[in-house]
Amino acid sequence: MDLTMLWYLVPSVVMFAAGVYGFCTRKNMIALLISLELVLNAADLNFVVFNRFLFPGSMEGMVFTLFAIAIAAAETAIAIAIIINIYREVGNTDINSVKQMKF
Amino acid sequence: MDSVANIILYFVVALVIVVCSVLTVTSRKILRAATYLLFVLIGTAIFYFQLGFQFLGAVQIAVYAGGIMVLFVFSILLTRRPDEAAPMLDSHRRALGITVASLGLVLLCLAIFFMPLINGLSLTECINSGMNIDMHTIGQAFIGTNRFQYLLPFEAISVLLLACIIGGVTVARKR
Repeated sequence: MDLTMLWYLVPSVVMFAAGVYGFCTRKNMIALLISLELVLNAADLNFVVFNRFLFPGSMEGMVFTLFAIAIAAAETAIAIAIIINIYREVGNTDINSVKQMKF
Repeated sequence: MDSVANIILYFVVALVIVVCSVLTVTSRKILRAATYLLFVLIGTAIFYFQLGFQFLGAVQIAVYAGGIMVLFVFSILLTRRPDEAAPMLDSHRRALGITVASLGLVLLCLAIFFMPLINGLSLTECINSGMNIDMHTIGQAFIGTNRFQYLLPFEAISVLLLACIIGGVTVARKR
């Protein structure tokens, strides 16, 4: 039995589908952000798997994933700052209670 | 031929990732959802180690499982009581979520199983035939300006992080 490329893509697909489900059903903004992290993580795992199995002589997928992780960290920090600001103004973090961007 | 230990490790980690990612989006207590996400992120890091990208696995644990999870837990505890459960989903929203997610699942499975790029190489073959990625190689790739070297994106990321610090303070400060 060999660990081929397909084996690593299957958990990534499940992660992506779970993230999409969470993004459609959740109402809390932090939960939406958590679902978004799942989708991003699935994409990162795919980059690395394609790098290892299709182009073993290079490391471009790994570099791309490193940049994606850095950008995801920045995005999460800003999003949480915005969510805390909204909580201060509105009083909860429900996505339906935010009707306009300008307070 | 891969070693038995590698295959067992794969099955354990894949099971943890699948179960915990489903629990992340179905758990009604958001602090538990964040904890399940932590398990998913650590499982992904173990996959990175198994695939031979040690530096990437360390970055995944340090940045995601370390930094981002602390931010999540911090903001969850700031904005709601930790034992507060989310209300039950109404049926049409759940139906929408299941429809979109299963559509994506079916399309991705079709793409995976009919993709001409997929090869049948095993992990051990790929790691043995591939280049050895040590810190020296990674450092050279990040500070060079030649082909397959990434000085400009590296600097752009550092400016982005600076902008992120300033933006975070500006958005969240008390007026």
